[in-house]
Amino acid sequence: MRVINGRVWKVGDSISTDLLSPGAYAYAPLEVRRQHVLETVHPRFAREARPGDVLVAGRNFGCGSSRESAPENLKALGIAAVVAESFARIFLRNAIAIGLVAVTCPGIGAIVEEGDPLDLDLEAFSVTNVRTGASLPVHPLSSEMREILEHGGILAVLKALGSRSR
Amino acid sequence: MPAARAASARFMHLHQPNTAGDGLSGPAVPLQDITKDQTERSDGTRFCIMNLHPGGHRLGMTMAEKILARASGRANVRPGEHVTAAVDLALTHDIFAADLFDLLSDSGFTCPWDASKVVVVLDHLVPAPTVVAATVHRRIREHVRRMGIVHFYDAGAGICHQLLPERGHVRPGMLIVGTDSHTTTHGALGAAGTGIGTSEMAYVLATGRLWFRVPETVRFILHGRLRRPVAAKDVVLSIAGRFGADVAQYRAIEFAGPGVAELTVAGRLSVSNMAVEIGAKFGFFPADAKTATYLQARTGAVVAPFGPDPDATYAATHEIDLDALAPQVALPHTVDNVRPVSEVAGIAVDQAFIGSCTNGRLEDLEQAAEILRGRHISTGTRLVVVPASAEILREAERCGVLATLVDAGAIILPPGCGPCFGGHQGLLGPGERCIGTHNRNFQGRMGSPEAEIYLGSPATVAVSALFGRITDPRRVLVA
Repeated sequence: MRVINGRVWKVGDSISTDLLSPGAYAYAPLEVRRQHVLETVHPRFAREARPGDVLVAGRNFGCGSSRESAPENLKALGIAAVVAESFARIFLRNAIAIGLVAVTCPGIGAIVEEGDPLDLDLEAFSVTNVRTGASLPVHPLSSEMREILEHGGILAVLKALGSRSR
Repeated sequence: MPAARAASARFMHLHQPNTAGDGLSGPAVPLQDITKDQTERSDGTRFCIMNLHPGGHRLGMTMAEKILARASGRANVRPGEHVTAAVDLALTHDIFAADLFDLLSDSGFTCPWDASKVVVVLDHLVPAPTVVAATVHRRIREHVRRMGIVHFYDAGAGICHQLLPERGHVRPGMLIVGTDSHTTTHGALGAAGTGIGTSEMAYVLATGRLWFRVPETVRFILHGRLRRPVAAKDVVLSIAGRFGADVAQYRAIEFAGPGVAELTVAGRLSVSNMAVEIGAKFGFFPADAKTATYLQARTGAVVAPFGPDPDATYAATHEIDLDALAPQVALPHTVDNVRPVSEVAGIAVDQAFIGSCTNGRLEDLEQAAEILRGRHISTGTRLVVVPASAEILREAERCGVLATLVDAGAIILPPGCGPCFGGHQGLLGPGERCIGTHNRNFQGRMGSPEAEIYLGSPATVAVSALFGRITDPRRVLVA
């Protein structure tokens, strides 16, 4: 696929979907929802994240709800990829389904600090801290996940299917 | 052919419209044939074979493996494999349904692959607390009518994860996806239930299929029996505390052992509901005589036992002693931050909440009523009770449970999710503390991020409301 190079934002373990997309904003438009991403644990993030930035997280990132607004809010802020020690299952599926790169990288927290420039190579499945040169392998994405990401999300796959069935 | 390209080709077969039948979904093995091992020839016809591995002896399968093999038309599957499986039931609710149906239409599909396999429930924001919610509900009703969806439960019927079992939608061996993480609940009846997002659900509604990674399974063997007032909720809280919130990440859970028969169906639903809180994709109980009795009353159908093969392979096996279990409570802000209630007794609570898809069932309300009969909750503490369905509300009224709770000072809310997910009906202010029977205590879940949420059994929550402080229910109820 490609190499993503982005500036790192860093959060800890067990970041829930309630922190990524509070239930109080369930019906709020995306422009409103994205302003509240992680406001409880990292208030600067939603205000200062720039398109192309990378979010580095700890264990069990995205635990909780099936709400797709959790990865959607991150994508709306321009986050290019989430690299976590581990993901909650539904968040990982949802991220891929909406075309947000999400990769598992045990040990990532130890090799990057917030603000570091990070290279994520989705061909070689590795990450490199450009500041320090430290590098780690990431778990490869399955063929289904790669295919969905290459389409830009599962809805694009579906639309291709829908147009062919007409 | 490289592995990646071969797998890609498997996924891409979905892109080839099928000219027969419903047009898109390929042949699936009928549910009634679940006990047979089936596979598909290259021309699409089906045949049965013994589930043999190349060495010639039969491969034992877990419940997850059996269901995903059946649903993908395979003789057997192994953990780590990816399959495209036919979905038996698709569930959605008011938070996502309107957007979901819009996505389906925008993608070029006017109706679901099989309107009889879709269940739509208005349960999260009912009755509508805002004009926005009312407008969304209206859009959903219009979509449901237009798409010919048969199984629609409007506001007040109850929580989706109560209605699915209660109204007879669930049978052992089914593959159920829902736009709700607590779809694992249906594992209590031997079904593979799991949560997915809106986009993936749009794909399911269009094609009847979805890709799945076959999960490894972690087995918890239950020994002994629960000593009242220790409840099924204490079992799952104890597992979360002991093994951590990601012990079953990407994995299925199976409960097994002699202790299973000691748990009621309602208790099993509580445990499977919270399987997702320890990361699980599915949270299974075997379908046994209790399951059959419950389902016969709900569906009229005679249900055969369903469980894993005796020689199935597990990623890990843990033993749980029900006899030794004490009441448990999860402390803020993670579900695995668990202590015995006795260690945290005395913490003052502003609100107590009995309800949710975890613990809003009749036996939960009965347990609370038993504690609160002839008593009144503590001044300064609110008790919010939300029956999980209209049937439970009616039954609680008929047997006097409702009157007992009202006399004790409870606020009774209409059947639905209530305040659990932070939408309405009993949210918490900054600095407030709530103990509830629900499933999540994440920061900001029920209102202010400066509030604290504790999780416990109905008995623990009722007795804590009684004293206005977190209290061990054994102080009032002795086994």
